[in-house]
Parts: sequence; C-alpha cells; structure tokens
Amino acid sequence: MKNDFRARNHPAYWAFIVHRTSGLLLTFFLPLHFWALGQAFHGAAGLDRFLDWTQNPLVKFAETGLVLLLSAHMAGGARLLMIEFLDWREWQKTLLAVAAGVSLVAVMAFLLNLV
Amino acid sequence: MENLQVRIWRGKENGDFQEFEVPRQESQTVLDVVTYVQRKCDPTLSYRFACRVGVCGSCAMTVNGVSRWTCRTHVDKVAEDNKVEIAPLRNLPVIKDLVTDMSEFFDKWAKARGRFAGSTTRKAEFAQVSPESKERKRVDAGIECIGCGVCYSACDVVTWNKDYLGPAALNRAWTLINDVRDTERAERLAAVAGDAGCHACHTHLNCTERCPKGLSPTAGIAGLKRAVLAATLSGEI
Amino acid sequence: MSRRSEVLLWGAQRISAMLLAVCVIVHLVTMIYAVRSGLSGAEILGRTQGNVGWLMFYAVFVAAVSIHAPIGLRTILAETLNWRGQSANVFSAVVGLSLAMWGLRAVMAVFGGGQV
Repeated sequence: MKNDFRARNHPAYWAFIVHRTSGLLLTFFLPLHFWALGQAFHGAAGLDRFLDWTQNPLVKFAETGLVLLLSAHMAGGARLLMIEFLDWREWQKTLLAVAAGVSLVAVMAFLLNLV
Repeated sequence: MENLQVRIWRGKENGDFQEFEVPRQESQTVLDVVTYVQRKCDPTLSYRFACRVGVCGSCAMTVNGVSRWTCRTHVDKVAEDNKVEIAPLRNLPVIKDLVTDMSEFFDKWAKARGRFAGSTTRKAEFAQVSPESKERKRVDAGIECIGCGVCYSACDVVTWNKDYLGPAALNRAWTLINDVRDTERAERLAAVAGDAGCHACHTHLNCTERCPKGLSPTAGIAGLKRAVLAATLSGEI
Repeated sequence: MSRRSEVLLWGAQRISAMLLAVCVIVHLVTMIYAVRSGLSGAEILGRTQGNVGWLMFYAVFVAAVSIHAPIGLRTILAETLNWRGQSANVFSAVVGLSLAMWGLRAVMAVFGGGQV
C-alpha cells in the first residue's frame, strides 16, 4: 500500500514539492528565455520588439512568477546543500523558514522595482 | 465518553476497511483499541505486538495515514471527530489485516552490510572509543534504531524505487561507517552507493519526521552521500 | 548505469548547484536592479556587449544549468514516469546538450549583439 497526503503533510515535504515543481518549470522556461535573448542577434531593436511584448500585464505577472520559481529553487536548493554537506544540527530545521523568507524578499524586491 | 469509531484494514493488498465501535478509556492507546477489537469484536483480526511499551517496535501501523507505533500513540492525540483509521505499514506487502511481510525491509539491512565486521577475537582487550570523538557522537545519534519499519513505511523514495535500501538500513550503515573498530568500510560504502542507495534520498525528511525514537536517518544518509562521493573520487571504491 | 556513474552524477548535480546558487544570486540582483526603470534593448546590450566579464559569467551559468537540469529531469522521469535505463539517459543527455548549445547561442547574442 502507498502513502497518501496525510503522511506527507509536513513542511519539509512541501519544500520538496516546491523544489521539484520549480525545477521542472524552470527547465521548460529556459529554451524560451534563451530564444528571447537570441533576439539580440538583431541588435537592440530585436530585443525591444520582444520587450514590448513583455509590457503586457499578464506577461509581467508571469515574470514575477518566474522570479518566485527561481528564488524558491535557489533558496530551497541552498537549504538542501547545507543539510547534505554540513553535519546535522538542530538549526537546520529553521533553514526552511529562512529559504521561504529569502525567496519572498526577492519577489517583493522585484515587484517593487517592476511596478 | 462517546464510543470511538474505528476503521481497520482487513484482508491483503486488495482488502477493505471494516468499521468497529470501541468504548473510550482514559489514556487509551491505538494498540489498546486494536486489542479490544480482536478480543471483543472479531478474533480473526491479525496484528503484531509484543512489549506494549515502545521497546520492541513490532506494533508499528498506519494510523490516520501516518506511520506510528500504536503502543505509544494515544487515541486522544490522533482521533479526529472521534474516528481513527488503522491500516498496515506502507511500502511492505500485506500478509493479512495489520500484518506486513517485513522480509524486504530486513533483507535490505543485509544488502547495506548492516552487520559489524571486527578484526579481534573475544579474548582481546576492549576497544577504547572516546565518547567525545566525532565518530562516536555520530554513532550515538543513530544507534538507538530498533528496526520498527516506521521510516521505511513513511519514505516516498522507497515507494518510487523498489530497490532503494531505505532510511533504516542506511542509518545502520552510517553507524557502522563511524564505528572505528569496523573493518569493512570500503565494502559498505560501495554497498550503499548510487541510485538504490544513499544518493536516491531527496531529503523529504519523512523518516526524520516520523521516527518514534526521534532519530534522523536523513542526517546519516547525508553523511553517507558525502563519504561515498569522497571515496569514489579518491578511488577507494 | 554503473554505481560509480550514479555517484558522479549526484556529485555533478551538487557541485553545479553550488555554482548555480552564486550565479542565481547575481542574476536576481542584476534583474531586480535592471527592471528598476523599465527594460530596454539598448540598456541590456550596453551592459553585456563586448563585456568579457559578463560573457564568462553567463557561459559558466549556462554550463552549470546544462549539467544541473538534465540530472534532475532524469530523476523525475525515473520516479514519476518510471522511465529508466538507457533511453531515459540518452533523452536527458540530449536535453542537457540542447540547453547548453541554445544557451551559449543566447550568450553570444547578448555579447556580440547585432554586430556578429
């Protein structure tokens, strides 16, 4: 028999879900990102054509989502590296809160500058 | 107190839950509930227990979806709306009702070389290991495991990868890696390396969250990951 | 795949992760700074064009992500879709190589930009 959500309902597991989902979505996003930057082969005008499109509020919303994905994957990943490469200490439990905080701060900073 | 509504797994993998009513008692444990059902409601109910006080580790089951020792779980703590659901441990074949076949769980301890290998005889002097040494402290952190299978049942990586050795076996290997008297370090590191071993762990911390002894197999597995990588890079294994 | 390769893949993903952690912090800070007064093609290229420092930085970034992402993808394929073995390995390697080539092309675009 397999476990259901009740067995998985704890912070470290939510962190795993966030890490895996964000990693997968970022991987899918990368080709698009690289394509957009490739517009620079047509000079600044090429990039501007693309950047015009990003003025769309929906795209801005998606961009903010990407910043959240990236910062969450980075902060959550840093937490995993600390658990895996440093000797276990009780304080590592608080790393989760720190990771969540760092990614939120990044998104807030991005939003404040974007709007 | 109102009677407790209990749903208990009956049959094998393809069984179903059967409902029972059990009178509430003060300080009643989930194991008390199962025992009541077997003695008063249905004597064909199968379950395992021995010590009833959290020493032997044989009464582990899934209570309201979470792997636990039933003898150390008070009904008060887990009942939701006066209901409790009791099922066998996860990730192990069900023999009948609440009894699982734990062979693979213990076979994996053997695969992880969970057996101490020394170089002296019983006539030798006692080895002196300082309680303050780094190795001994690491052993202390993991040595209290009694092999109840709760972590194995809670682990998603076991579900996803049938060959994965699991938290308990890897925790055992880690305590032996840090046992300065042990002579099979390289063989053991090789046995726990790679995709069926420590490197499959995703640090979900399910095992650490559920271990009734408060151990952190995750911490030991992380130690193994580092030790195996170092041994691989240095050519030791 | 041999046990040794599995261990090395695990190590490669962790070491690339350490590099990526640094790269992503720089990337996030640059991004938050850059969107301050709206993005423009001229501003972006003004920063990157002909700048060997940024070229090196982004080349390392792309290389690290091209190692990191396919190893993770391979694990997800195995655990979620139960797709294991040689075909999954080849698929992941192709994803990694494509990311690397496609990413380096983007790096060259913002480094050379229009003048290439």
